[in-house]
Amino acid sequence: MKTFEYRTAAGLAAGLEPGAVFLAGGTNLVDLMKLGVATPDVLVDVNRLPLHEVSGLPDGGIRIGSAVRNSDLAADHRVRTAYPVLSQALLAGASGQLRNMATTGGNLLQRTRCRYFMDATMPCNKHRPGSGCPARDGDHRNLAILGGSPACVATHPSDMAVALAAVDAVVQVDGPAGQRSIPVTGLYRLPEDTPERDTVLEHGELITAVDLPALPVAARSTYRKARDRASYAFAAGSVAAALRVADGLVADVRLAFGAVAPKPWRAYVAEEALRGQPATEERFRAAADAELAAARPLRDNAYKIALIRNLTAAVLTALAEDVR
Amino acid sequence: MRLTVNGAQHHLVGLDPRTTLLDALREHLHLTGAKKGCDHGQCGACTVLLDGRRVNSCLILAITQQDAEVTTVEGLGRRGEPHPVQQGFLDHDGFQCGYCTPGQICSAIGMLDEAGKGWPSAVTEDDDLLSDREIRERMSGNLCRCGAYPAMVPAIRQAAGR
Repeated sequence: MKTFEYRTAAGLAAGLEPGAVFLAGGTNLVDLMKLGVATPDVLVDVNRLPLHEVSGLPDGGIRIGSAVRNSDLAADHRVRTAYPVLSQALLAGASGQLRNMATTGGNLLQRTRCRYFMDATMPCNKHRPGSGCPARDGDHRNLAILGGSPACVATHPSDMAVALAAVDAVVQVDGPAGQRSIPVTGLYRLPEDTPERDTVLEHGELITAVDLPALPVAARSTYRKARDRASYAFAAGSVAAALRVADGLVADVRLAFGAVAPKPWRAYVAEEALRGQPATEERFRAAADAELAAARPLRDNAYKIALIRNLTAAVLTALAEDVR
Repeated sequence: MRLTVNGAQHHLVGLDPRTTLLDALREHLHLTGAKKGCDHGQCGACTVLLDGRRVNSCLILAITQQDAEVTTVEGLGRRGEPHPVQQGFLDHDGFQCGYCTPGQICSAIGMLDEAGKGWPSAVTEDDDLLSDREIRERMSGNLCRCGAYPAMVPAIRQAAGR
């Protein structure tokens, strides 16, 4: 690991000098530093900032401090009842030990687990811009079918972010240029020809909170994840869904896909195809296909199309049956 | 910097800020119970309790934990009086080579506390948070290359008083 200077953050909007990065739970950053993929000159520890609370918002939503640990958030009673998809997504990710350290903000900003990105000795346009991408012709079984570019086909690894994208969560950011709000669906950039930048955040901007809006449909929501082993593995594909059915028709629906794109993939096309339509498995399957029509799979990851189609149909059917 | 481990405060002079909590425990305080398995947070052999919560000590920089209470396997139970989870592992032969055992035991203690607080897991369906299926899911962050899992489940079940 390259040597660095360590200090604690002075305040929310204090910003960062060039070469400095924020340290929260460290479960991804410290690992990347050991691997030589992250090489910060300065680590600014934000764990002592007052960002550890989950609180109510005036509109009935909730505000999650960015330092709230994944395990605490998954167990939060308000989250479990009003946004079960979020609790389930958190619990589907990592292990008990990692969830006890990993924070809400850090989970959003974790990097891809693409094996070429994680290996500092390999070319990778994300960790060394311009060096090329071995994944397109190499090991890409778990990489993107949507949103990738010739330069990068990395997937965002978070489960939590998929649930947040589905329930219209908004990220609160503080920095030297002031405060701003960014929907989770707008936080991530697609790689295009600059895959080294995962998000729209500027250097020195700190996520202070994630707001969940009051969203009645989210009370009937769920997260389903398919992976190579029963537990403690990244998703091969996942679906976050919320559904309200009235008189057999889809009255409201939220849908997002995980492990298929460089960002949590909010399935707007599928949602639009479903609104007002009969809540049947056939329609759910067709809606997933409408979203997946844009997929551009590589040699070894076309399985994700069928996986996401089937997960979507299964999850929405279960939610619809629950209602009747 | 200071580090409080198993109730004793230590002063580590000139510690490199790159030192993980795991390396501080093993190389500087000579508490070699917590093991370096993968060193990347994937195996759980380094699990310790940080203010009572189970964590992977290999992914935590020691310098960030000067105000925390660290408990390692060496701090559990007393001579001739093992912690109930340690007793469960002895009674049910919950290990073969033993390398992952300190991490398994610390993880189980943290896990039982989480279940006691009513925390759900990915397989929770009802109020039974410590069924065998729950124990397996909640302990999935600890790998055992000998495959001693079938004996660990009853060991942990016994420690839970079931």
